[in-house]
Amino acid sequence: MSILIDENTRAIVQGITGSQGSFHTKLMLEYGTKIVAGVTPGKGGSEVHGVPVYDSVKEALRHHDANASIIFVPAPFAMDAALEAVENLELVVIITEGIPVHDSMKIKAYAERCGSRVIGPNTAGIISPGKSKLGIMPAQVFTQGNVGVVSRSGTLAYEIALAITEAGYGQSTLVGIGGDPVVGTSFVEVLQMFEEDEETSAVVLIGEIGGDAEERAAEFIKTMSKPVIGYVAGLTAPPGKRMGHAGAIISRGKGTAEGKIQALEKSGARVARIPQEIPELLKEVLR
Amino acid sequence: MNLYEYQGKEIFARYGIPVPRGEVASSPEEARRIAEKLGTSVVLKAQVLAGGRGKAGGVKFADTPKEAARLAKDLLSMKLKGFKVEKVLVEQKLGIRREIYAGITIDRAEGKAVFMVSGEGGVDIEEVAERSPEKIFSRHVDSFVGFYPYMARELASGLGLDSESFKKVSDVLLKLYRVFSEKDAQLAEINPLVIAEEGVFAADAKIVIDEDALFRQDFEKKARGLPYVELDGSIGCIVNGAGLAMSTMDTLKHLGGEPANFLDIGGGAGSEVMREALLRVAAHPKVKVIFINILGGITRCDEIARGILAARQGIALPLVVRFRGTNEEEGIALLRDAGIGVERDMIAAAKLAIEKSKEAGR
Repeated sequence: MSILIDENTRAIVQGITGSQGSFHTKLMLEYGTKIVAGVTPGKGGSEVHGVPVYDSVKEALRHHDANASIIFVPAPFAMDAALEAVENLELVVIITEGIPVHDSMKIKAYAERCGSRVIGPNTAGIISPGKSKLGIMPAQVFTQGNVGVVSRSGTLAYEIALAITEAGYGQSTLVGIGGDPVVGTSFVEVLQMFEEDEETSAVVLIGEIGGDAEERAAEFIKTMSKPVIGYVAGLTAPPGKRMGHAGAIISRGKGTAEGKIQALEKSGARVARIPQEIPELLKEVLR
Repeated sequence: MNLYEYQGKEIFARYGIPVPRGEVASSPEEARRIAEKLGTSVVLKAQVLAGGRGKAGGVKFADTPKEAARLAKDLLSMKLKGFKVEKVLVEQKLGIRREIYAGITIDRAEGKAVFMVSGEGGVDIEEVAERSPEKIFSRHVDSFVGFYPYMARELASGLGLDSESFKKVSDVLLKLYRVFSEKDAQLAEINPLVIAEEGVFAADAKIVIDEDALFRQDFEKKARGLPYVELDGSIGCIVNGAGLAMSTMDTLKHLGGEPANFLDIGGGAGSEVMREALLRVAAHPKVKVIFINILGGITRCDEIARGILAARQGIALPLVVRFRGTNEEEGIALLRDAGIGVERDMIAAAKLAIEKSKEAGR
């Protein structure tokens, strides 16, 4: 087992003919991900790395059996692509960065209505090492194992996955929930999935300043039976400044790294001060 | 992107939300002319993008045009909360009976817009929220359903208004939601919404526009540049990804170093972005060493290496480079040929950067 994706995941790539879409389709195929079709309106009938391209998701589904989509469509057109996806598929991963927040709210609302799960936007995606990769992460830092990882940030998650891998552990699944203020799936929802996943023995939660997603996660961690290790980036961040991710702003003393670390520690999670401390804490909790 | 009060009020007026009569002045003489034209006592409000303006002395009242000119001169020479005052809004002074709060923002946890009102508007609204949250009425708005008159009435019904003000306030709430939605706002706030002898008016306007929506909104676009925040330390940082960039700063600090900045080159940065980043960080006078920490996913280490090589001539500072991930071998080879060593481990690289920053400090 693993969560969200595995060897039975059959995905379509929306925006497959763009440079990022095409580049990462190649890498996902090399990893062994089952990419059954691509969608780019107006490019139906062509092929990208041997994957047939269609003009719409509906048309792709007439010819192929798919259960997930990964979206690389540029921000101005991403809402259209995402609504099309959630209407037709149970899992939708939105890689696109810079989607207006009003669009993200609509995508989230429609996904709930359609019973579809959205990961992102502004995410590195999902990887269940050894089984499937629906994302843009470098495959070489991951290895199959029993540590579930959930993160708001992309490259920081790779860094931590790398530390886990180099220490001799591996990941059941890594989920990037996305760095935007409004995302389709929250920390809590992913923690719940890891709690129920037989293959996951411990969970690493990677947070950062801004918002209260970590504090909410901490409330849920109190109810979990599996050990959780937390890490929060942004201890040195000055307040009131935008630190890249739209989400990463501390305002009025709320959403600080200290506050989040305290909340996590209170919940019973162990908290690492630097990413490379995580393997040591894993060793302790997995004993 | 924050809008000035006068810009917010221009938008309100276009959407039919009543605002006090007034105009914006850049000089005392202009302020005098506006006050004369208004023919009433006036309020002068410094235009800065900071809260707590009234308490900081940025709002003045004048009974004559002459006094308006004098006070405008004071305001225009002020610095408020670190912002230089360049414009003053001169408006008719209202006979205020009550101050209401109305604001819409985004509830990140719910992923929905949330509309809040309170009968106790004004400068102390945050205190009200802390002290007596029961005095704030709120509701979420489903972005597919939208905001309807009954929702506005429901919100306004808690405010204890007479029937005429109730109708007017409900109407303002409805229009405020249209502003929020159609202008891609992250925040649309009226505090206070004034019940005055002359009617109901938005006496202030605070609108924050989502910068990600500027491609479809008609606002002046500022060049965005790379996300960069300056600190006091000596180790310049260039990192791909905001989370890893913050973590790199924290790690340096944890290991005894002092980060000089936050800089995220983003995902998939090419050599030109890298070159720009290097020049940016090198321009910070306190920087003694530059630490480039790249864990390539969508970003390719060879592209970054090309950017480093392109900018290197102009930079005398020592560089510590860490490459891992996509095309790391190619990147390492490119820099090795130019005599630049590359680390693969983040901690080893961080320690090296700290060592070099201390050597240079001596």
